[in-house]
Amino acid sequence: MFCSCSADYFGKEPNTHTCPVCLALPGALPYINEEAINDCIKIGLALNCTVADKSLFERKNYFYPDLPKGYQISQYRWPLTVNGWIEVVGQDGKTKKIRINRAHQEEDTGKLTHKDSNTLIDFNRSGVPLVEIVTEPDFSDTTQIVDYAKKLQQIFRYLEVSNADMERGDMRLEANISVRPVGQTTLPNYRVELKNINSFRFMMAAVEYEIKRQIAALEKGERLQQETRGWNEDKKETFLQRVKEEANDYRYFPEPDLPKLKISENQINQIKSELPELPVQKSVRFQKEFGLRLDQILVLIESSELSEFYERAVEVGRSHHIDPKIIANFIINRKINIEETAPTEIIEQILESKAGIVEDPGQIEGLAAEVISENPQIAADFKKGKETALQALIGAGMKKRKGKVSVEILKSTLENLLQKE
Amino acid sequence: MSLTKDQVKHVAKLANLPLTSEEEEKYAEQLSKILEYVEQLNSVDTKDIEPTFNVSGQENVMRKDETEASLSQEEVLSNASKAENGMFVTKGVFEPE
Repeated sequence: MFCSCSADYFGKEPNTHTCPVCLALPGALPYINEEAINDCIKIGLALNCTVADKSLFERKNYFYPDLPKGYQISQYRWPLTVNGWIEVVGQDGKTKKIRINRAHQEEDTGKLTHKDSNTLIDFNRSGVPLVEIVTEPDFSDTTQIVDYAKKLQQIFRYLEVSNADMERGDMRLEANISVRPVGQTTLPNYRVELKNINSFRFMMAAVEYEIKRQIAALEKGERLQQETRGWNEDKKETFLQRVKEEANDYRYFPEPDLPKLKISENQINQIKSELPELPVQKSVRFQKEFGLRLDQILVLIESSELSEFYERAVEVGRSHHIDPKIIANFIINRKINIEETAPTEIIEQILESKAGIVEDPGQIEGLAAEVISENPQIAADFKKGKETALQALIGAGMKKRKGKVSVEILKSTLENLLQKE
Repeated sequence: MSLTKDQVKHVAKLANLPLTSEEEEKYAEQLSKILEYVEQLNSVDTKDIEPTFNVSGQENVMRKDETEASLSQEEVLSNASKAENGMFVTKGVFEPE
């Protein structure tokens, strides 16, 4: 963020990606990376935030060996982007707007390993650009949290600002949990921060556990306090890490070594114009242009690569008059590996699979009559009102023709014949 | 403005400084004097003056996203009082991962 060390630290030999700036050697001065600032603005814009016209870095002072300076360069009173929102889906299937307080720029910290009574430090990660996104306390169930995290990850990947791989620590979640009696509208006077949980699944398990733990504690009449807790996967429970220092104990003050940032309207518009089509916009367009169902759209837009693959296949399919819906179904049902398949191959496969299929009404009527006469009992069941019997007849017909017959036409022909009888 | 002994203790804790009881007394007095001295600045009228956080007067000083060679692990650890497996060793801090 503030030096020229490579940020590609993952899996590298410890302390091989550091310099006087990230090690806080005397006299070293920070120097802002422009691309990191632009990426932070992109993230803010994608989350409907306003870009501040004036932004400052500040020192967040604390003593912990993960940062050699004794403070982290972060943002506090003048974050780069503020006041955004994102829509998530909750347990009840309803959409809820989650307010984003800010998306600000800071530097990552070193990695600590605890061994016996010592702590080992690898500073490769310290000084790597890190964007912190803070929401308002708007989540009311874990489904919303899962959806939020997945949507953020998707946005980061669409923006190409991060791989957002949780297992590698590219993206980390810190959940603040508190509970209140039903009917209370004010926020509880404490919150428990769940931290250093490096997997999505574990974070959700920790949140579920924590909600239950807090309800049980409050019902027993215990008082809950502001604290940080971690997750013990073996015991499947959260544990106390430290009692949280109040925010003003960080003694934030403007970083005197870094001049302020002034982001011009021009620059914001420039970045806006370079933003790719984001998942939400793509979803609306796919519905309008191709008439797809939401569940199909969600699969296709999961990654920008897959959605682009689909659109290329639709393009190729157009000259063969193939319905975009058929292409969507084909890609989704066959779980097409887009790394090993070309969009043109998909169209060839669809054309091929359609090739041997009998659609001639005369032929199909003959087949339907055969099936009915060979399965009198099932036909009788259908006439008595057993709807599922029709499926059995269709199945029998498909079997006779080894699947090379149009299901839709066979179905309607069978229905017609049975109703006539 | 004068600092209480408790405030000194608190500040010392945040700064990770172990102080004896006598030192706490001593620093409470000294720090209070420093605060009083600095408080003289309050007599200046700053009503229409923007706070100054940086005296260079510059803005948007940024560098391109280009990497440069880092220090070698050997150089990095040459000042460490203790190292193990290429890492700095420090007194254990309680925060299991």
